[in-house]
Amino acid sequence: MVDDVLAINIENLGFHYPGNDGVTFSGLNLKVKKGQRFGLFGPNGAGKTTLLSLMTGLIGPLEGKVELLGLNVAKHNNEVNRLFGFVPQDFSFYQELSPVENLAFFGAWAGLNRHQIKTKTDELLHILGLDGVRNKQVGKFSGGMKRRVNLAIGVIHNPQILILDEPTVGVDVQTRHAIISYLHELNKNGTTLIYTSHQLSEAEGLCEEVALIDSGEIIAQNDLEALLIEHKKESLEGLFLELTGKEYRNDV
Amino acid sequence: MYKLWATLVKDFRVLWRDGVGLALMFVMPITLVVVITDIQNSTFQLINKNKLPILLCNRDTGASGRQLVEAIEKIGMFSVVQLPQNQDEKTIGDSLRKKDALMSVVIPADFTRKVLAKSKNTAGKALTSFGLQADSSAQKDLGEIDPLTLYYNPVLQESLRLSVKGALQSALQLVESRQTLRTLYFDINEKPLPADLEGQMLNNKARINDIAVSINGSTKPPNAAQHNVPAWTIFAMFFIIMSLGGSVVREKESGSLIRLKTLPTSYLVGMLSKQITYIIVTFIQAAVIFSLGIWLFPHINLPGLELPHDLFGLFIVTLLTGWCAVSFAICVGAFSETHQQNNGFGAIAIVILAAIGGLMVPTFSMDTSLKAIANFSPMHWCLEAYYGLFLQNGTLSDVVSYLIPLVLITLAFQLLALWGLRRKNLI
Repeated sequence: MVDDVLAINIENLGFHYPGNDGVTFSGLNLKVKKGQRFGLFGPNGAGKTTLLSLMTGLIGPLEGKVELLGLNVAKHNNEVNRLFGFVPQDFSFYQELSPVENLAFFGAWAGLNRHQIKTKTDELLHILGLDGVRNKQVGKFSGGMKRRVNLAIGVIHNPQILILDEPTVGVDVQTRHAIISYLHELNKNGTTLIYTSHQLSEAEGLCEEVALIDSGEIIAQNDLEALLIEHKKESLEGLFLELTGKEYRNDV
Repeated sequence: MYKLWATLVKDFRVLWRDGVGLALMFVMPITLVVVITDIQNSTFQLINKNKLPILLCNRDTGASGRQLVEAIEKIGMFSVVQLPQNQDEKTIGDSLRKKDALMSVVIPADFTRKVLAKSKNTAGKALTSFGLQADSSAQKDLGEIDPLTLYYNPVLQESLRLSVKGALQSALQLVESRQTLRTLYFDINEKPLPADLEGQMLNNKARINDIAVSINGSTKPPNAAQHNVPAWTIFAMFFIIMSLGGSVVREKESGSLIRLKTLPTSYLVGMLSKQITYIIVTFIQAAVIFSLGIWLFPHINLPGLELPHDLFGLFIVTLLTGWCAVSFAICVGAFSETHQQNNGFGAIAIVILAAIGGLMVPTFSMDTSLKAIANFSPMHWCLEAYYGLFLQNGTLSDVVSYLIPLVLITLAFQLLALWGLRRKNLI
């Protein structure tokens, strides 16, 4: 179900880090329709993480605007924070706590009450295969289990937009399959997915539309199939290498 | 309210599972308070309670030598151990080195003869000046009385050695004066000086009134427990930096702070929860250490701790001390990039703040510049406030002047922590 309301609307974005160290955006525009599965790809240091930080309000633009579901992120930060969920690349939770305890804490901060947290926790732990370890300390989990906990925290409050920064890095095939399946399930229920990864084959199976970013600029954006036809490529990886080159990228 | 409750539950769970942090917050300070109180108690007893052991070798066989020994015993500050008359100096030196006693007095062999000669000489001069006939034997001058010899172990504090020397001078003065008076009286009246008159003449000195200056006029000397328990409780409270500062660093390192920033709740809720959690910890620390002072110390031959009468004042001072310690820990955690930085800087900073704050050496014994620097240590104000309650049995109103700078320093730590976290875009 895709309607005309934009999930993400970035207009004329200007940003650079203090001291102009790192990525710079100038006049960047990006639109993501509600209900899409959108992939944002680029080499290291291209500006993906900075762009995600601007979308989530972790940093503010110097020029232009960033809107989520019609709300300006800089002006309505608290309201916007209820609309999206964020799954960072790091295991951003408390290793000393169990999945249940982590979800109880982050759920409360997301604005849920005790009953809502319990219902959603039971549901998520079941779907993500963590039922049997619900009361064990997360610090003792494998990387794949921690990834699932990381994802569960990001969706505890049923966000309308889910922003995922490399959600499957370092996991086994089974966990990757489970996570991607769950993301499809969420999208079917109306959640817009904003996804970044270096796993391009995985992205091909998930994303409807992709944008390639390099040196702070969107160098290509379209429906994935249309892009492959346009550039006469058979895979996203081939397209990626053609548009961003084969040189090493050092991101310090 | 539910957000705060959930955060408190989270913070207590994280703390409870931090075994090393808990051990550092409780075991280490408890060990310190017991060991240092025991050490200081021995010193307190040496100065305040026990008599100072002194070895006395009287090589003189006459009356003046015996009188001097009696006078030294009467001073009251010495536990006199008499050595054989012919004890050699090497053996005396060995005893001091072995710390059987820290000082020894040797009365010279011809002490009585010389005291008598000097008194006769002095009496003769006095009679002559009165216009009376002096005893012809009094004119013989045998020279100055040989000095008493005071051996001492160099570990003895100079102030204590000087006060011992002063006490010995008084005893010596008494013996000489008594002999001069007796000789003079006998030469004039040709009969011995009556004992009651001698007593009146020798003891009719101006008295010294001892007045203890304390908030409530108490004359009870503070013991090692009253000194050490509050001081090391403050130290323990500030040691939460290992756990609390580490927890802030962990949240930064794991990215939890970034994730929390994307949720519709102010991080001030998180800060408030951490402060409540760790202030409760500091209260538990204080309760445990005070309880040890009250109930355990008397069983291990240490003086028991007596709580101040103003328990509300004690509660407020403990609360503000805990709040300051928590604020300092969050501040250091906010600026530390790694656990190593937090723990290293935190531990060194606490020891320095304790040293300049008067926990290890009292501030009154510091020089002027160090005294001025002590004002910047929050522990100095915590300690002064606690001492006002514990040592002087004051009330909250008596120590409020120490609490004002403490609160100002605490607020400075809070603002600095907020600025540090905002500067890194973490809140």
